[in-house]
Amino acid sequence: MSAPHAGPDGLADTQPALGGFKPALVRLEVRRMLRNRRTVIFTVVVPVFFLLIFGLNTSYAKNRVGAGNVSAFIMISMALYGAVLATSSGGATVAVERLAGWSRQLRITPLQPAAYIAIKMATSLVLGLSAVVAVYVVGLLAHKASMPADLWVGTGAALWIGSLLFAAYGLFIGYLMPSENAMQVIGFSLMLFSFAGGLFIPLSQFSHPFRVLAAYTPLYGLNELVHYPLVQGRFNWTWAANLIAWLVIFTAGAIWRFRKDTARI
Amino acid sequence: MPAAEHAGAGTAAPTRSERDQRATSAPPAVELVGVHKRFGTVEAVRGIDFRVEPGEVVAFLGPNGAGKTTTIDMVLGLSEPTTGNVAVYGLEPRTAVRRGLVSAVMQSGGLLKDMTVAETVTYTSLLFARTRPPAEVMERAGITGIAGRLVGKCSGGEQQRLRFAMALLPDPELLLLDEPTQGMDVEGRRSFWGAIRRDAEAGRTIIFATHYLEEADAYADRVVLVRQGEIVADGTSAEVKALASGRTVRATLAGADEQALRSIPGVDRVEVRGTGILVHCADSDAVARYLLNETNARDLEIAALGLEEAFVALTGDRETTAAPGDSPTDATRSSRTMPGEGAALR
Repeated sequence: MSAPHAGPDGLADTQPALGGFKPALVRLEVRRMLRNRRTVIFTVVVPVFFLLIFGLNTSYAKNRVGAGNVSAFIMISMALYGAVLATSSGGATVAVERLAGWSRQLRITPLQPAAYIAIKMATSLVLGLSAVVAVYVVGLLAHKASMPADLWVGTGAALWIGSLLFAAYGLFIGYLMPSENAMQVIGFSLMLFSFAGGLFIPLSQFSHPFRVLAAYTPLYGLNELVHYPLVQGRFNWTWAANLIAWLVIFTAGAIWRFRKDTARI
Repeated sequence: MPAAEHAGAGTAAPTRSERDQRATSAPPAVELVGVHKRFGTVEAVRGIDFRVEPGEVVAFLGPNGAGKTTTIDMVLGLSEPTTGNVAVYGLEPRTAVRRGLVSAVMQSGGLLKDMTVAETVTYTSLLFARTRPPAEVMERAGITGIAGRLVGKCSGGEQQRLRFAMALLPDPELLLLDEPTQGMDVEGRRSFWGAIRRDAEAGRTIIFATHYLEEADAYADRVVLVRQGEIVADGTSAEVKALASGRTVRATLAGADEQALRSIPGVDRVEVRGTGILVHCADSDAVARYLLNETNARDLEIAALGLEEAFVALTGDRETTAAPGDSPTDATRSSRTMPGEGAALR
């Protein structure tokens, strides 16, 4: 007689390690994402295009900012824009997948929800990295943007990692709206956040009341922080506070909706 | 909880002939005890007790909204019963799913349009610790030829065979199919069932939900009829058919005694509407004898039920017998009655 609850199989090796997270799954997700032309255009082509139009004229190349020039400043902004668009779109794919019943399908596999989120985040980061690299390579090849070599690497890495904040945002929106609308909401809201965060127009150009308001929007802190190594000068702790506050809000929102989602069917 | 499971596993014999071991000492493949499922005020499943032994091929037959999908969801651990207990191979459903003991072919959805067929199978295989090779399950499901095609470009039948291939990956002991041939053409249906049948012959336990009587009849060893969240019949397909086969006796009779009619042996259902009565029964002679000898019934009419009508009779709404004091309006009644009986009962 075998133990009543030993189960027919009962072996640990039937459950994958890391809850089911595997690099091969990320590879398949990336391939899938690259197949979606709209995503690639919006996250990689558009930021590069913006950089070419707005960032690389001769006067910007001549004007100095901190340790570099204005072109480098704009290049960082555009790379950040591309990266956050990539990570938030990656997160928001859960909306499409839920609509297609894929999330439900995944629930009859051993994949753990946390591993699923990790796969989404990793995929978003890969796409985000391609946006950052594309913008920086164009900036480099155009010979307009200038800053010390370590800042090219440092700012690129900082904004790439920082863009994870928006993976949480994408997940939150994706779980909040079970429809294809999630992508539209992401695109539109990021445009607003980018203006308010000073990615497209320097905040010094805004009127005072608007400038005060802008300091509370989600891209403000991250944008100021990734520019700091270039701009230098006085470090403002409200930037970090802004980043942390929004990270908490987006993560809490995503977890809250995620819990709701797995609770019902 | 995982610690306890591992401890239990440690006591199990190390032999890998698990299937054989299961056949002798294993718990039932599926066991539902007093399962109820409520969604708000709607009670989708109203007390199901149900046991499937390893190796059985069971059809879960019933009309739409009978609670078939709700029940399957609970067996898969996608939802939990409001009350009662569900066990799969003696385990909690989620645990059974994680171990790859049970998999399912869902009714619709569950696929990503922007992946290819082969990518979808590979992706799913990566989610398990151990699976059959993707090429093998694709071959068995008959989708090797469309491996490179995007899922969004596949027909309904092809998508269903893809779902089947995905379900085969963990080499599950139990396979659940929820309305697997819905929306398929005749040829797609035939080749799909051909693949399932080969699988069943290899000893896999299969439970499929369907509202096609012919499918239940042709492919199941056992048919479980569900109606309004309850099991109304359970047996071999021949037994259920015998149960369902009956006759209807119609007559015109003022002031019919419903109680008396219902007490005639073999009477299954009585409907009284104005001066029209309809009795569904196994022994039409007894009903006819009573009506002609004991009452003033006239215009007597006896008809045999077709298989399809019998199925409807067994699984259809039976408000009339369930609540004798209650008298719904004619409109709601006639919408619920069997095809063909409206004319006699107006």
